[in-house]
Amino acid sequence: MKVSIDPITRLEGHGKIEIFLDKDGNVEKAYMQVPELRGFEMFCRGRKAEDMPIITARICGVCPEAHHMAAAKALDAAFNVEPPETAKKLRELLYNAYIFYDHCLHLYYLGGIDVLLGDVSKEERNVIGLIKKFGVEIGKEVIKHRRYAMEIVKMLGGREIHPVSAIPGGVSKGINEEERGEILEKAKSCIEFGKKSMEIFKEVFNSKRWNELLGLDSLQTYYMGLVDKNNHVNYYDGDIRIVSPDGKEVAKIKPRDILNYIEEHVEEWSYVKFPYLKEIGWKGFVDGKDSGIYRVGPLARLNVADGMNTSQAMKEFEEFRKDGVVHETFGYYQARLIEMLNAAERMYDLANDNAITGSDIRNMPNEPGEGIGVIEAARGVLIHHYKLDDNGLVKEANMIVATTNNNAAINMSVANAARKVIKNGKVNDILLNKVESAFRCYDPCLACASHSLGDTPIVADIYWKGKLYKRLKKNV
Amino acid sequence: MKKKIAMYWGAGCGGCDVSLLGIHEKLLDLLDDIEIVFWPCATDFKYEDLEKMPDKSIDVAFYNGAIRTEENEKIAKLLRKKAKVLVAYGSCASEGCVIGLANLYDKKQIFNVVYLQNETTKNEDKVLPKEHTNDLELPEFLPHLKTLEQVVKVDAVIPGCPPPRPVLEEALEALLQGKTNFGKEVALCDECPRKDSKPEKIEIERFYRWHEKEDNGDCFLAQGMICMGPATLAGCQGECISANIPCTGCMGPTPKVKDQGAAMLSAIASLLGDIDEEKEEEIMNSIRDMIGTFYKYRAAKLLPEGRLKDES
Repeated sequence: MKVSIDPITRLEGHGKIEIFLDKDGNVEKAYMQVPELRGFEMFCRGRKAEDMPIITARICGVCPEAHHMAAAKALDAAFNVEPPETAKKLRELLYNAYIFYDHCLHLYYLGGIDVLLGDVSKEERNVIGLIKKFGVEIGKEVIKHRRYAMEIVKMLGGREIHPVSAIPGGVSKGINEEERGEILEKAKSCIEFGKKSMEIFKEVFNSKRWNELLGLDSLQTYYMGLVDKNNHVNYYDGDIRIVSPDGKEVAKIKPRDILNYIEEHVEEWSYVKFPYLKEIGWKGFVDGKDSGIYRVGPLARLNVADGMNTSQAMKEFEEFRKDGVVHETFGYYQARLIEMLNAAERMYDLANDNAITGSDIRNMPNEPGEGIGVIEAARGVLIHHYKLDDNGLVKEANMIVATTNNNAAINMSVANAARKVIKNGKVNDILLNKVESAFRCYDPCLACASHSLGDTPIVADIYWKGKLYKRLKKNV
Repeated sequence: MKKKIAMYWGAGCGGCDVSLLGIHEKLLDLLDDIEIVFWPCATDFKYEDLEKMPDKSIDVAFYNGAIRTEENEKIAKLLRKKAKVLVAYGSCASEGCVIGLANLYDKKQIFNVVYLQNETTKNEDKVLPKEHTNDLELPEFLPHLKTLEQVVKVDAVIPGCPPPRPVLEEALEALLQGKTNFGKEVALCDECPRKDSKPEKIEIERFYRWHEKEDNGDCFLAQGMICMGPATLAGCQGECISANIPCTGCMGPTPKVKDQGAAMLSAIASLLGDIDEEKEEEIMNSIRDMIGTFYKYRAAKLLPEGRLKDES
């Protein structure tokens, strides 16, 4: 028998979960399918290079800054031009504002609801339910600080959603002292909100319910993320570090070399591909040292790094990593909170840097060629790779997005959670939400993942004895 | 009584959903007047819940994203049945947006590029996603992308990629009062921060691309850079231009013209004035990627499957 959750909800994009039960009603296998595809790799061909940061932002409206910036970095490389120091800092400042508001969205509107509200009915499981439980004052704080960060994005990038300012060789807009002052004020408030958020979630982390959630899924995978020269987490730039399940560095490479390290596997039941570490190989949906499956995103970034580049986030990091690498999938939440605090602190530090108001914000591009841009989207490593022709038009474009990197792991986490919560054929809305809560840890962005072709939703069908027994659209 | 509201995404990027959250504090006020009955991005109601609702029980349903799969089409039809007013929210639903550029290619080409020729893909057995495997199903990837109005009747459109905050706030207010007419009718130049330097005529040797020229702060067209402002609906207050990037046309055309690209070409012709044909051809040839430039957000409306009758 098969149970379907269709569509999966509180995430970005379409997906469905299919759970197959054996004759005793226990979980045999489970899948998360992405029934969506849009074909960016195809229609980016022939476009003007400088349009790529604008077109590829439309891969995802939740993380447009990630695609915008990865595209700009790929173009820096393709046009062989280095942005001036001020431009790099402005890009990183915009980028940290983005990380802050995107994490805030996940923690308070999407996945975080599972953690903060627990086992409540589907009518309550949303931000309105959250405001009811925690009070309208908290709701206002959440909205205000998301707004602050989005206003910083707009100030630097022109727009709150789909910003436009990153261009090959730099940025199109600088900031003045007055704008800088406004950013400092807002960043200061965001730091306080980051700390407050940590307190709110820690109440759950210290409860019994949290142990149950941590117990839903744990995967011994490889991890991948960007680190700066001190091996601290950096979202905008750095080297790519890969660590093994026991936390040992297996590679530290320049972003331009990443394509030598990964390959993508295709399954006929999903529009989204399954990347893995080339050297270890694709061994199917299994974890461990011998399987090339790796994870990206907040948990991965904190697992590959030796620390954070700001003081308060560093303290939290030390506590989080005190026993080494964290494999519990719900660990993504604590990592995300630490990053939200870090992004706020980093915004402040960058705005405090005198170079930020400089007027030297772009260098002119050279001859067009080939380039790779790697960045940390909120949900993990994002790679854009372009080949340009002599006229600066795109010959080939390839994008490997964060959620695609996590695709295999997400499928395993969903299956593990399903095995834990569905027993003897007993299925209901609360239990199915627990299954969904496993994928939400990753904050997947299925619009990103399905940029390649079409359109994929998530449903859960229950199969029994090879036949569709029940299509569970999340409420039974 | 609270108005029942639904929001759904077809093939889109989620930016429209984020834009609805992006009215920030106003959303809290709005919650006094509305009840959200379906919104996969932010609530847990499933297709089954939507199917169970009586016909015409939703006051306003917003559909963002385009129609790219069988499933998108099915839900568009279902929402049409369940809603009194169906709104095409944002560029994908109303115009096809950048993903409409996929209509330049067919499904086979797209599958080949994504799953077979792609540099990082290791696929020796040439596995392609299928609609039916042993026990799993995927919705069909339709041969062409369609806009919402190419599938069902649409009562109102909120333009933009995504709809800018002022445009959205005005639209929401009107829709909740039962009005389906709202928004501006003039072109972006009307509210452009650089409108004072907009020329009557330009004298150029060729058009420039914005990555290859320093911007002097004047109207982009005066500098010989393509800006879609003259052919694009106002409402965003020139957000991109205030970040020193020309308009790329995401708001779509003004109500007076149907074909945004043709309107832009005629604006260029009038700016160039009466020059000899050879020179004109040379200048026009300097514009790279005509479709991506003039129809970046509207290619779905140009191509056979999606072609509007009055645009033929």
